[in-house]
Amino acid sequence: MQNLTEHFVELIRRTSTDLPADVEEALRAARERETPGSPARRALDAILENVELARRTATPICQDTGTPLFFIHHPAGWSTRQLREHIRGAVAEATARSYLRPNAVDSLSGRNSGNNLGDPSFPTLHFEETEGEALTADLILKGGGCENVGAQYALPHSGLRAGRDLEGVRRVVLDAVHQAQGQGCAPGVLGVAIGGDRGSSYLASKEVLLRRLDDTHPEPELAALESRLTEQANQLGIGPMGFGGETTVLGTKLTHRHRLPASFFVSVSYMCWANRRRRMTILHDQVSYG
Amino acid sequence: MKSLTLPLQPQDVLDLRVGDPVGLSGVMITARDAAHKWMVETFLQKTRPPQGDDQACYEALKPILRGGAIYHCGPVVAGLDSLDYRFVAAGPTTSTREEPYQAEVMAHFQARAVIGKGGMGQHTLAACQTVPFIYLHAIGGAAALIARTVTRVLSVYKLEFGVPEAMWVVEVKDFPAVVTMDAHGSSLHSEVEARSMEALARLIDLEPRTPKSA
Repeated sequence: MQNLTEHFVELIRRTSTDLPADVEEALRAARERETPGSPARRALDAILENVELARRTATPICQDTGTPLFFIHHPAGWSTRQLREHIRGAVAEATARSYLRPNAVDSLSGRNSGNNLGDPSFPTLHFEETEGEALTADLILKGGGCENVGAQYALPHSGLRAGRDLEGVRRVVLDAVHQAQGQGCAPGVLGVAIGGDRGSSYLASKEVLLRRLDDTHPEPELAALESRLTEQANQLGIGPMGFGGETTVLGTKLTHRHRLPASFFVSVSYMCWANRRRRMTILHDQVSYG
Repeated sequence: MKSLTLPLQPQDVLDLRVGDPVGLSGVMITARDAAHKWMVETFLQKTRPPQGDDQACYEALKPILRGGAIYHCGPVVAGLDSLDYRFVAAGPTTSTREEPYQAEVMAHFQARAVIGKGGMGQHTLAACQTVPFIYLHAIGGAAALIARTVTRVLSVYKLEFGVPEAMWVVEVKDFPAVVTMDAHGSSLHSEVEARSMEALARLIDLEPRTPKSA
């Protein structure tokens, strides 16, 4: 198996420093909706200027380069143990090159490892074997501010009068956006998982953030709820940075998982406007970045 | 935009109102979770005796904080090996985590500005009036842009907390922010939260709840 360390460093560099085009477009559209001269519009102007500057100078868009979340799909026969070594090597190297901030802190001693390597779950790696010959590596850099405002609800929720149906989902998701205010670096993106267990539900709510902002859910009922949630979240008027304004959420992505009869979880992962996600595809010796 | 030069006088703070855009110049200090906990436990509440270079750090920080600004920021810093430190990315981190500490820290050091994102709660807002000081909101995530306003890294204290949580002493020029909590009892965050609560209650047909920061 070839050593993929350098390719993973490049994936990290692109993810940290170059915002995906669909996210940048959504931010530009959001800027147009805000009142000229308002704090919301000035915030989006600064955000867009920052995005361009980060790309041009290959510096991180946000100083909180977050938890690196890797989703690897590999063909049969690849060694996940070796892939893990290559990725961990790349994470340490990307930290040394200032594409990542050292973020791995021992929870008991408070000591920062200095290279973004912690126990085997930091960085977070998910492996899955797939058909075909191509390896794909998706990376999300999810900052702590937005991670802290994520929420999980167990339905029914009497306070919000949320039952075990899509109307219940709508109620709790809007509550989560309200609770987040501007703290998750609005305008954000919502990754929402319906069902699963507590762990798988949260994971699914993050994995769904890999979808492009401008796609549509294949199931019409969920597609309709996605656009309704985005529209209604924006009616809350929290606005960019919580300054008040028209755009609180750039988009909503829903997914669903089977659950136990006793459980109905709705997990909301809030992603900040710095929605850093990238895909690398390796087919034989060809490497491409999406 | 109002230009402010650190250190600030009480009157500089009293002249500012929620919504004012400001450009800050002078020397400020980054401090976040570990730093606030350390300051409060070691020097304010004194529940932990000073160890190692604690006392020396405290004495060095005191004159910078008097009239000064605390920036809730965990930067990406280049030049760690050569000690030729340079801020690469330096946006604000969420301020609300420092709510249990901020008012006492500001009063103790007579500091005049806190810079962060997301706003702070009622305890801090009340202290904004009595100390007095202001809360300035920088643009969350605009890290490359803000790093450009850091003209020099002068020194660093408590690097053992890790790069993000160390106390970096930096010189800034025209650091951009907006006043969102002033020394007259106004908080943009409380206003937006109350308005959004009314909107939420309409959208999901509920009785409005008391905002959490009240």
